[in-house]
Amino acid sequence: MMRVCGQIVLRDLRLALRQGFDAFIVLMFFVITVTLFPLGVGSEPNLLARMGPGVIWVAALLSTMLSLDRLFQHDYEDGSLELLLLSPVPLELLVLAKVAAHWLLTGLPLIIVTPLLAVFMNMPVEGYGVLLLSMLLGTPVSSFIGAVGGALTLGARRGGVLVSLLILPLYIPLLIFGVSAIDAAIGGLSVRPHLLILGAMLVAAIPLATWAASASLRQACE
Amino acid sequence: MPEILRAKIDGNPYILPMFRFANPNRFLRIGKGIMPWSAGLSILCIGVGLYLALFVSPPDYQQKETVRIMYVHVPSAWMALFIYSSMVISSAMALIWKHPLADLIAKASAPVGTGFTIICLATGSLWGKPMWGTWWVWDARLTSVLILFFLYLGYIALNNAFDDPARGAKASAVLALVGAVNLPIIKFSVDWWNTLHQPASVTRLDVPAVHSSMLWPLLLMAFGFTFFYVTILVLRVRSEIAAAKIRNIQLAEARG
Repeated sequence: MMRVCGQIVLRDLRLALRQGFDAFIVLMFFVITVTLFPLGVGSEPNLLARMGPGVIWVAALLSTMLSLDRLFQHDYEDGSLELLLLSPVPLELLVLAKVAAHWLLTGLPLIIVTPLLAVFMNMPVEGYGVLLLSMLLGTPVSSFIGAVGGALTLGARRGGVLVSLLILPLYIPLLIFGVSAIDAAIGGLSVRPHLLILGAMLVAAIPLATWAASASLRQACE
Repeated sequence: MPEILRAKIDGNPYILPMFRFANPNRFLRIGKGIMPWSAGLSILCIGVGLYLALFVSPPDYQQKETVRIMYVHVPSAWMALFIYSSMVISSAMALIWKHPLADLIAKASAPVGTGFTIICLATGSLWGKPMWGTWWVWDARLTSVLILFFLYLGYIALNNAFDDPARGAKASAVLALVGAVNLPIIKFSVDWWNTLHQPASVTRLDVPAVHSSMLWPLLLMAFGFTFFYVTILVLRVRSEIAAAKIRNIQLAEARG
């Protein structure tokens, strides 16, 4: 069973690599969105440092949201989703594998370019470690919640816009605690409670979002 | 439904009582009985409640006359939570037992809940200006109610996003369950975070911290709002059933 999950992760990675540019576009969106802020609000260093964590987090959540169509949409359109549903492996495990592949393709690249953007935003050095840590805990949660949204909107009219309406409100707690952890680190306060809550969100999202996404996938292919 | 089948369902101890109400025609009959009563009680409660709230109850020693906003604000906040909770329960029933009316009840509740959430946010904002000196603060409770408002909108949007109404109903039922995580956050936000919004003063386990001259109009308004919700719910479910019948007739005609 684990082997099947590994195969699905590999398949998604291979597909993304062969289609090439897809993962890169999301990354570019992330970088460009953050770059717009210094141009929009002015390049005063203190102001940018104050806004940095929030801007990076918002941009990361928006980029994750843009990449959600890759999660199930292609499989739904070419029919491979129905074949996956027919397989003897529980659908929940398949969803876990799909989300893991999605995170490897979007979450991980976002985390890798984040330090560069933190330099752009003139963030204090004390915040870097916690910024990466909060993204490391937060981006998998955004992939999991996004999987629910992606599965719910399969076959809907204007699904891409609809998914933002469904998913962004659910991202708000993630954003609040992600940013407050970095602010605490910069202000010299304890980051433990914020990171623990982010970890709790991840632990809760793994079973709950997997269940909700599988339930909606079953309905989509009924 | 044929008489024999109905007798079988009614007499069968293995059929859960809730399925006896799964028959739309029975719902229509019961709804017809309930509606005049709930509509009358709603008008009566809101009328008496408003009179007590606006003329009889004393002004607050700190907040003066603005405290009267509370008699609309607090019950509508309760209703916003209560209606979402009932949507969650009926969505769960629709998903687990495929109860045919539960879908309709969840769908019919959503716009009413959205309305109460708007009233709650608007009156809260009007109350916040004289009391806190600002229309809006990004405090935990205000933000979580705003999220509830977005969840309602998302539910309605998803419900209408599919060409097949059954698929929309199922997808939005899952969304309602996912959004249920927000309910405890709203309820306990004033206890978990030290916020500008005051903690609960009526729904406490010990004696409420509100004097009876203010508690009575508050409760009357809450009951009035609840009866209003029941009235609108019956009305909307009736029209949903009628719309489904019309759709079936049209389909049958199109088939020839």
